[in-house]
Amino acid sequence: MSDVVAVEGLRHQYGERVALDGISFSVAPGEIFGLLGPNGGGKTTLFRILTTLLPPTGGRATICGHDVVRERSQVRSKLGVVFQSPSLDIHLRARENLRHGGNLYGLKGRDLENRIENSLGRLRVADRADDLVKTLSGGLRRRVEIAKCMLHRPALLILDEPSTGLDPGARFDLWRNLQELVEAEGTTILITTHFMDEAERCGRVGILDRGKLVACGSPSELKSRLGGDCITIVTEDAVSLRDLIEAKLNCITMVVGQTLRIETPDAGRMMSLVLESFQDRIRSMTIGKPTLEDVFMHHTGHRFDGGLEG
Amino acid sequence: MIAGDADTVGWWLPTWTLWKREMVRFVRQRSRVIGAFGTPLVFWLIMGYGVGKSLRLPGAAESTHYLEYSFPGAIASILMFTAIFSTISIIDDRKEGFMQGVLAAPVPRTSIALGKVLGATTLAVGQAILFLFFGRAAGIHLHVVTFIASFAVMVIVAFSVTSLGFLIAWQMESTQGFHAVMNLFLMPMLILSGAFFPTSGAAKGMYYLMMLNPMTYGVTLLRAAVYSGGTVPTEGWGTALVVSVAFAAIMFWSLIRTVTRESTQAMH
Repeated sequence: MSDVVAVEGLRHQYGERVALDGISFSVAPGEIFGLLGPNGGGKTTLFRILTTLLPPTGGRATICGHDVVRERSQVRSKLGVVFQSPSLDIHLRARENLRHGGNLYGLKGRDLENRIENSLGRLRVADRADDLVKTLSGGLRRRVEIAKCMLHRPALLILDEPSTGLDPGARFDLWRNLQELVEAEGTTILITTHFMDEAERCGRVGILDRGKLVACGSPSELKSRLGGDCITIVTEDAVSLRDLIEAKLNCITMVVGQTLRIETPDAGRMMSLVLESFQDRIRSMTIGKPTLEDVFMHHTGHRFDGGLEG
Repeated sequence: MIAGDADTVGWWLPTWTLWKREMVRFVRQRSRVIGAFGTPLVFWLIMGYGVGKSLRLPGAAESTHYLEYSFPGAIASILMFTAIFSTISIIDDRKEGFMQGVLAAPVPRTSIALGKVLGATTLAVGQAILFLFFGRAAGIHLHVVTFIASFAVMVIVAFSVTSLGFLIAWQMESTQGFHAVMNLFLMPMLILSGAFFPTSGAAKGMYYLMMLNPMTYGVTLLRAAVYSGGTVPTEGWGTALVVSVAFAAIMFWSLIRTVTRESTQAMH
């Protein structure tokens, strides 16, 4: 089967500012693909382009083979879109919102009513169908919204930071619901997030930073590509210590904020070597298997929270 | 026609569902009735009975009571206030994601504009008709013909002012901005429409301003419809009809253009 999402050399500029700098990736049917990146990394711009709300200034993107610029209507009918800010009308009941949403996708009558029942049931909000949305919690609203977006059985469910403002319990439910949709309906999901733990749950992850896709693959693949372990050293003057360690031990060392990171295949040996020579300069030293955060730092040279080095 | 527009869901179903949403929202937000209907009613009664017969309006019969003179103006106020209160929600819709959801659906842009404008028009005309009954209770003589003629005129006027309101709201970042435009632009438009004082007695500069104001023709038309054969002279309704229909058409056309163009650009 061909790709649900195909992006090739996609670029976007707001005046002089480059928001997307030639990114390419694809999403296969039935996949949960996560776009991970800090705020301002280009996630929202990419989201707007894929949902046909913003034409890119360069490159190409297709959904189910339809071009997002030239074949907007076909693309729109294939998409279920969950925006960061909820698209429900809080003055309407949950069911009324779904009816309205279904009408916008050309659904009506008995067929629509059946789909509404199924969709609300699947997202476990059937018992709240006749409540006004303004009386529902954030987590319930998200579920109602996803139920609305699934009415026309989209080929791709695309969500922009859907866990924003949700408590941990609601986030857990959200992910369980998304995984059920993939298993039961074979839906393909593209989700943007700035949470590492959410990215871990995706089948594949694309890391987006400053308009570039710096890495792409399954979370385990990305982490194992780093190889071995990560040593993190907290010290007074990270830059001078880096120079000393690199000169003496011949290893890849990186300054990240106030800390120094060393990627090494043999952490035990490296730690004792570092301690032997520089013990007096080290405040603390920790060792760990690489996380997605390490993957991010490895590829971008800066911390995930956006704090640039230096 | 863009190739991709062929596959949309048709225009009537989205138009209808957006219209219905306006109705449901209005019913659930009763306070809006107070703003759009209560305010003009109270002002009309205060001004009407307050001014009474102390002003003799040029051209009008000596016995014309101000309550009677300003009655069509009060209808114009209701139409305009309802249009403003209905379209102001577009700003929040755009911010809160509701409108994004609509824009991301395979819906013709014309339907989005039409659903909202027809919804607001329905609400405005509904309230204006209710007001006609108030007028009757206040002693203004109204024929059956008056109701029918008034209805047609109110639809034209309401359609144009809701289109105008939509057009303004669509380009606004905040509701505060909308209030500024309302005070600086929409209120003078209402006051300088002949709703509260006739054009003939105004200072020369003001007179030309009033003649350039499309609402003037709407009010003339309302006056002609409400007092078909009454005490207040209503010449020039033919011109007023042409100008009002043209104004409605131009406003809606501009709105379609704006919505179509905007939807392909960045929104923040």
